Amino acid sequence: MAEQRIPPSGSEAIGRIPPSGSEAVGRIPVAKTYKLFIGGTFPRSESGRSYAATRRNGDFLANAAQASRKDVRDAVVAARKAQPGWAAATAYNRGQVLYRVAEMMELRRPQFVGEVAAADGLDIETAVHVVDETVDRWVWYAGWADKIAQVAGSSNPVAGPYFNFTVPEPTGVVAVIAPQDSSLLGLVSVIAPAIVSGNAVVVVAAQERPLAAITLAEALATSDVPGGVVNILTGVTAELAPVLAAHMDVNAIDLAGAPGEMVPALERSAADNVKRVVRPDGTDWAASPTPDRMLALVEAKTVWHPVGI
Amino acid sequence: MTTVAVTPADLDAAAASDVSLRRFLHGLPGVDQVGAEARAGMLATRSIKRGAKLWALDMALRMTDLTTLEGADTPGKVRALCSKAMRPDAVDPEVPSVAAVCVYPDLVPTAVESLAGSGVRVASVATSFPSGRASRAVRLADVAEAVSAGAHEVDMVIDRGAFLAGRYAQVLSDVVAVKEQCGNAHLKVILETGELRTLDNVRRAAWLSMVGGADFIKTSTGKVAPASTPAVVLVMLEAVRDYAEATDSLVGVKAAGGIRTAKDAIRYLVLVNETAGQRWLTPDLFRFGASSLVNDLLMQRTKQRTGSYSGPDYFTVD
Repeated sequence: MAEQRIPPSGSEAIGRIPPSGSEAVGRIPVAKTYKLFIGGTFPRSESGRSYAATRRNGDFLANAAQASRKDVRDAVVAARKAQPGWAAATAYNRGQVLYRVAEMMELRRPQFVGEVAAADGLDIETAVHVVDETVDRWVWYAGWADKIAQVAGSSNPVAGPYFNFTVPEPTGVVAVIAPQDSSLLGLVSVIAPAIVSGNAVVVVAAQERPLAAITLAEALATSDVPGGVVNILTGVTAELAPVLAAHMDVNAIDLAGAPGEMVPALERSAADNVKRVVRPDGTDWAASPTPDRMLALVEAKTVWHPVGI
Repeated sequence: MTTVAVTPADLDAAAASDVSLRRFLHGLPGVDQVGAEARAGMLATRSIKRGAKLWALDMALRMTDLTTLEGADTPGKVRALCSKAMRPDAVDPEVPSVAAVCVYPDLVPTAVESLAGSGVRVASVATSFPSGRASRAVRLADVAEAVSAGAHEVDMVIDRGAFLAGRYAQVLSDVVAVKEQCGNAHLKVILETGELRTLDNVRRAAWLSMVGGADFIKTSTGKVAPASTPAVVLVMLEAVRDYAEATDSLVGVKAAGGIRTAKDAIRYLVLVNETAGQRWLTPDLFRFGASSLVNDLLMQRTKQRTGSYSGPDYFTVD
């Protein structure tokens, strides 16, 4: 199956089509600047810092922006601003927007394949498989948009003349520490379940494999996801995660990619404003997903309604 | 930046007639708009370090005129605002009170009662705010009502129509009449710079107001966009600086409208320090007219105190 969807052959460099005729006569390649994704725009880090992203074998790939705590602050403000509008969109509409993201990702497969192969140290064939799996997973989550309420909601029997409903509502602004060992599939496996229910996210991409995250941001920016619903920061996890965990305007934090030794401290800071915490549980990102991650990031609202009115 | 050098005698002569006033105001050096914006922009990039930032956040709070000027204002809302003015952060008694509460004239009695003995002043907009389009008798009655109800400060609007048409003497006599009606209350003259179009006009309106006896010159009503911009405030600060040189009397500046973040407020403080000088860094001579600014200042203050970023959930909804 994978072979039929293979990208242009020999894309060794990240996402670049093989040299054209003109390159032979000394064309200067136009290198991509990998920046942050905050509020629907691509700013450089406020701190002006950047760091080198490398292949698994240590060879230089590209410079990525190194976000600071002030970028975290800006990203949370952007997420807070965008969240109510995203949550207010109909579930059907959110689903359609997410399908559209999958369409945009499909178009960028060659670029993703190049980046995943380089960052995760995979051969092209495996990388193609991972990228296909990623797009399919996004589609799977998109399908959930108008089904979560049926699965997580209920009509409850009560001893009185009332209807009693429970409906899932988004938690709000969710901070996500993306998995460190799977630059694209792992990333999508934590972003998609958070936003499908109407949350907005601030994501810290895998520290040593940040490039695919920014390419995903480009797919998000060219689909119809409102600016600010997904914000992606690249940089040092140990620098950014504590700021997010302590931030009083963040409602939940997914510690999927937090280094084990940091987890207790992050959970302690998260307790300050009673953030919902999704603890790292050794999820195998390659395995088929379950609805658990989506359900961990919704809150149950129960409504009593008198019968006959 | 250009310094305007005039003598008190020049000002007296200028105020004599419409012709002399026009000659004086149009004789003021023109403002280099590009230069003013560039200078304001350059000062905005200055980095303020931690100790200075803490000082600046508190100073900005003490300079704020906490404002509510909506048609939907109620005595209850004004009382809530007054409580906030006296003690901006309910959980931190060390946070200083703001300078004043700014309301419409009919709500002045409520504000005066709520703020009694607190040191927070009551400011009232008057003269048919925000348009000022009423006869002088009506506008003066508006001022009289606010003052007799106990307002310490009166914010008047100038007749922008008359100003733009060049009837400077009319504007001047308005200011003089309102100043007289104010008695002991401080007079702030709103130039509504968003309607004056050019920085040259801002400079002229500023001088005109000061000649008329303004205690403060204020950028805007907050009802017209653009409201306060750094370049406009820069020109006004130059005007009060030059007026102080000429007459030894200190006139304040109030930046109002569109200032929502602590960062903006601190940029204005840099502008004040670098243009008019340190003498103006006091609530007696520089004010912010704002409502949402206070919450952002409190959030930044909390950040400096606790080390983690705060959120709007922890502050009042005004």
